[in-house]
Amino acid sequence: MAEKIKVATTSLAGCFGCHMSFLDIDERILELAQVAEFDRSPLTDIKHCSAAVDIGLVEGGLCNAENVHTLREFRKSCKILVAVGACAINGGIPALRNRVPLEECLAESYLHGVGVENPQIPSDPELPLLLNKVRPIHEVVKVDYFLPGCPPSADVFWKFLTDLTSGHEPSLPYPLVHYD
Amino acid sequence: MNIRNTITIDGTPVPFQDGDTIMDAATRAGIYIPHLCHNPEFKPHGSCKLCTVNVNGRNCSACTFPAADGQQVLNSTEELNATRRTITQMLFVEGNHFCPSCEKSGNCQLQGVAYFLNMLDPHFPLFYPERETDSSHPDILLDRDRCILCELCVRASREIDGKNVFGLSGRGIHTHLVVNADSGLLKDTDLTPADKAAQVCPVGAIIVKRHGFESPIGARQFDQQNVSEWSLSWEPAAMGDEHG
Repeated sequence: MAEKIKVATTSLAGCFGCHMSFLDIDERILELAQVAEFDRSPLTDIKHCSAAVDIGLVEGGLCNAENVHTLREFRKSCKILVAVGACAINGGIPALRNRVPLEECLAESYLHGVGVENPQIPSDPELPLLLNKVRPIHEVVKVDYFLPGCPPSADVFWKFLTDLTSGHEPSLPYPLVHYD
Repeated sequence: MNIRNTITIDGTPVPFQDGDTIMDAATRAGIYIPHLCHNPEFKPHGSCKLCTVNVNGRNCSACTFPAADGQQVLNSTEELNATRRTITQMLFVEGNHFCPSCEKSGNCQLQGVAYFLNMLDPHFPLFYPERETDSSHPDILLDRDRCILCELCVRASREIDGKNVFGLSGRGIHTHLVVNADSGLLKDTDLTPADKAAQVCPVGAIIVKRHGFESPIGARQFDQQNVSEWSLSWEPAAMGDEHG
């Protein structure tokens, strides 16, 4: 039997909703498991990509330095990189903070917010630094395919992956294209 | 073949009446040409360029270009739709169009056209412009983040409502929608939710308050039919009602 296709997934500045929607393919995941295996992914808890991943699915945009680091690892390791969901594609809901200066965002959350005790801006060196604006992933790396939706439906994942694994150029027909 | 008062669109003969634009002739014949700033109830504006068609080898806006005997018009071609998709992508990145948090989502013509053109990504870097929201009016919200500068509200307020509430100000990328009041706020105008100007916005820039999310996902306008079917379902009948 031919070697299985390696699929890696990650959630950057996202809510894991896209991952949940992916799992909504339900029992079709068994069919997928016949031809594909998960590499780095929150689903496997593998922390880093193998040298040659076939398909990298990236949920979420870029809100901090670690997101950028992870995205670059994905781009380096994955033959095909896919922006999954509204946040990866245009920043999405996290990008609503872009109209507010970062200092004001932090002050609202950690200094002046309702119910805040011992107000201080978190500054542990282990915490990744925030970017001043949330950005979509295509502004930092080359992205091969985009799956719009908030989240993309399970059928979008299924159509895309079955197109790819069967050697077809992926396409999304009209009923599968949604931005919400 | 008698070509008098006939054009061809993608090879199909289409009759037209005196004074018709290419868009008028196409709409009457049940042919959809993508558009956003055009609305058959108003004089054509020709600003969004989404209705770009190729007439005898040259590109022009179907909503403003007069139909003439024997024109060979290309409309639904891969190349023109790619151009239209690029225009739509530019409209998305110039504003702040976050569909999941917009109550117009599902009923938004910008979104509908983007779906129709199979736009899957914004392609360009996002601008994330900082624009002012005006929530001062008790019944109407003005969210400039979503404005595509089609001037339908400007035209509706001036030509139908007779109130002249809206206008565009600034040039180029700084163009923005302004409100005709000393304060610049909607609350100081006599705009009402029943006004055409409050109803005509193709996107979520002008929204009548307290009606958001009335239709569940799956039952909204463009969940039910695509923008071409929707346009052709009412626009031919509205063509006689042109104002202005």
